[in-house]
Amino acid sequence: MRQALRLFTIAVGLLLIWQCVVWISGVPKFILPGPVRVAEALIAQFTVIAPHAGITAMEIVLGLLCGTVLGGISAISLILYAPLRQWLMPVLIASQALPVFALAPLLTLWFGYGLMSKVAMAVLIIYFPVTAAFYDGLRRIDPGWLDMARVMAGPNGLPRRSILLCIRLPAALPAFGSGLRVATAVAPIGAVVGEWVGSSAGLGYLMLHANGRMQTDLMFAALLVLAVMALGLYALVDHGLRMVTNWQPENGYA
Amino acid sequence: MTTALAAKPDGQASIEVDVVDAGLSFAGRLIFQNVSLTLRSGEWTALLGPSGVGKTSLLRLIAGLPEDGGVTTGTVRASDGQPLAGRIAYMAQRDLLLPWLSIIDNVLIGHRLRHYRTGVEDRQKALHLLDQVGLAVRAQDRPAALSGGMRQRVALARTLMEDRPLVLMDEPFSALDAVTRFRLQETAARLLSGRTVLLVTHDPSEALRLADRIALLAGAPVQLTDAGRLPDVATPRPLDAPGMAERAAGLLQQLALQDATSQDIRASAEMGLA
Repeated sequence: MRQALRLFTIAVGLLLIWQCVVWISGVPKFILPGPVRVAEALIAQFTVIAPHAGITAMEIVLGLLCGTVLGGISAISLILYAPLRQWLMPVLIASQALPVFALAPLLTLWFGYGLMSKVAMAVLIIYFPVTAAFYDGLRRIDPGWLDMARVMAGPNGLPRRSILLCIRLPAALPAFGSGLRVATAVAPIGAVVGEWVGSSAGLGYLMLHANGRMQTDLMFAALLVLAVMALGLYALVDHGLRMVTNWQPENGYA
Repeated sequence: MTTALAAKPDGQASIEVDVVDAGLSFAGRLIFQNVSLTLRSGEWTALLGPSGVGKTSLLRLIAGLPEDGGVTTGTVRASDGQPLAGRIAYMAQRDLLLPWLSIIDNVLIGHRLRHYRTGVEDRQKALHLLDQVGLAVRAQDRPAALSGGMRQRVALARTLMEDRPLVLMDEPFSALDAVTRFRLQETAARLLSGRTVLLVTHDPSEALRLADRIALLAGAPVQLTDAGRLPDVATPRPLDAPGMAERAAGLLQQLALQDATSQDIRASAEMGLA
């Protein structure tokens, strides 16, 4: 409750400063519209913004889902098949070393102007943090647990994957969570960059066109919607992860 | 208090285990060789020695666990000629409880690993064992809610749940405070009586309290020697039983002396190399 109040205070404070800057400097509204103007634009053009926001939200969520599943599978494969590491790791690094902005036109060329190219972009940006964090978590488990599990094996050893399912996976959940949090935070970048490069719908498309027509207030309104969407998604994912890893101690210094 | 369930391993006769010609080296440096040790059937054998002497490596050799860093050699045989795999329960210095599982599920982890699921009977047995270590009321709690001593009691219940004829314990009580350690030693002695137990420890009074036989692993070069006859009292021996204090002091001095010699020799060897 106190945190909500604090957030509210911060938001109101920032808006006030913003409004004051606009008043004092007297910049024209097409350079920097005040918060009141942006709010007006948001309300007036809500029917325009909403469908675009829906498209972008869909791209982000789909990208997040696909990227997470793909990253999860990759991390598990890396841990299960040691030789794969030498082959997949360079690909992983390369996927991250190339700036998505450089790849965006290519992806648009291959996957078209629709949803697919944006989802691909989001996947590309999400894949690495999820895979790297999850793989690290799977790898760095207490060797004492492995000793224990080995001794607990029956005369014929343990069933396939039993250590993975009973020990490695749950132990790696917090690390997976860190990866997924980063992924959630960067997923909107992937989707919007994709829209920026070539699209017919989405908040990125809307912003690009609003910018071109000097509708700066509409651009800010779209930006605001994007920010709220991203924050909401992050809060949702964070809450879900906390529920799943509620056994993990959290100290209050975070 | 009943110990019916824990007194004897179900359907498995207690076994004797022979370790023959064990050796250990670290980075090409020989720690010990030609070490032979017999774990007598139904008895507690304490492996007593200073740190770094290779006690844990010897235990890992028996457990069939890979040695990290060092190289162990030697053969381990059970008296009945059958392989030891699947007949060992292991308790370490750390409790190794899985933080995401409840206490009772931690006790059942062996069953989960082997069969993925646990039956009603298994849960009843786990609950009974938790009752024996005095933690049945905490069965649904997570390990984080328990104190160090309680957690190690859960680890003991988990070891008993495995119900194996050979129990290997690697300093299981050394991370506990004196009172907790004293109580847990008693519980372990009661619940593990009648099994073949190897207790690795660096504490002479712990060895004297719990073991039917003490094997000393110490010296330079490291050798395994039998500590000889122990006070003629049933285990767990009270610390104030006649002869206990003198024996503990004697063993401690023996360890200290041998440790000092070995350190001197190691130091001079390293200086000679430099």
